[in-house]
Amino acid sequence: MRIGVVTFPGSLDDRDAQRAVRLAGADPVALWHGDHDLHGVDAIVLPGGFSYGDYLRAGAIASRSPIMTDVIDAANRGVPVLGICNGFQMLTEAHLLPGGLIRNAVGTFVCRDQRLRVENASTAWTGGFEAGQEITIPLKNGEGGYIADADTLERLEGEGRVAFRYLGANPNGSLNDIAGVTNERGNVVGLMPHPEHATEPGFGPDTPDAMRSGIDGLAFFTSVLSTFAAA
Amino acid sequence: MPTIVVEVMPKAELLDPQGKAVAGALARLGKSRFSDVRLGKRFELTVDGPVDDALLAEVQQLAADLLSNSVIEDVISVHAAEADDLGPGADSGDTTTETPLGAAADSVQR
Repeated sequence: MRIGVVTFPGSLDDRDAQRAVRLAGADPVALWHGDHDLHGVDAIVLPGGFSYGDYLRAGAIASRSPIMTDVIDAANRGVPVLGICNGFQMLTEAHLLPGGLIRNAVGTFVCRDQRLRVENASTAWTGGFEAGQEITIPLKNGEGGYIADADTLERLEGEGRVAFRYLGANPNGSLNDIAGVTNERGNVVGLMPHPEHATEPGFGPDTPDAMRSGIDGLAFFTSVLSTFAAA
Repeated sequence: MPTIVVEVMPKAELLDPQGKAVAGALARLGKSRFSDVRLGKRFELTVDGPVDDALLAEVQQLAADLLSNSVIEDVISVHAAEADDLGPGADSGDTTTETPLGAAADSVQR
């Protein structure tokens, strides 16, 4: 299985995402923001970073990149798309996911290992989790406050489309403690925390067992693999 | 050169963390007359050629589609101004030649 990772001007975690794809057992394919070519990949990751310096709005300019028209077409065909952090912001700007992200309510950039609850374990990117499972992956952003109008929030909650929720103190003022959401079909998922940084022992969050041994993020990538194995 | 000005503000019902930070600074400076600060954006689009209603309508569309995100922001104003009237003091007197948006003004949120 081939998973594309799009690099935009200002992407930071594209290489980490490629590495996570490899660790999960798939082949990473580097995709370029200025192309109209998805190289026939089976799934797509929009990585974290600060595309275009977060100028205008986080993810806004990148979401109008040439390749995003192809990403939007693919998403509408059912191709799995995962947006991480800046990638999540792009997905909301591209209207593939509802709501938006604003500056953290705490007024500072937040960087820490973050506990989450997997609320929806039936998306393309969360099938390897149990619903209600608690995981810990890094969170690092300045504009991670998830907001949506009351009707949208009600619909998301009612349809089980809140994919991840923050546990413990809300790190950024996100409404309903929402850390990530999915589209109706379950193939497009976006979240602010970074699963790709918790995929290899020695480089992940601390766990009770050992320092930096947390690999809770790996299941995002193995989940999408098993989606295709089952198909 | 004629210029079209677009002003965008965070939605009133949303927390504006930047405005809150500035309001906190004002309070610490003893400026107690100000109960709140909200912080938005002003775009100045320099136009090559004259500004007409069609161009203003196009910018109105751009303001809605690209310059703002309606989930988190409102477009407050789209209007034409001469470049001479921009910069310090541009909005302080009667000399600013602002052209109302005409028919499309109904959709501009105040």
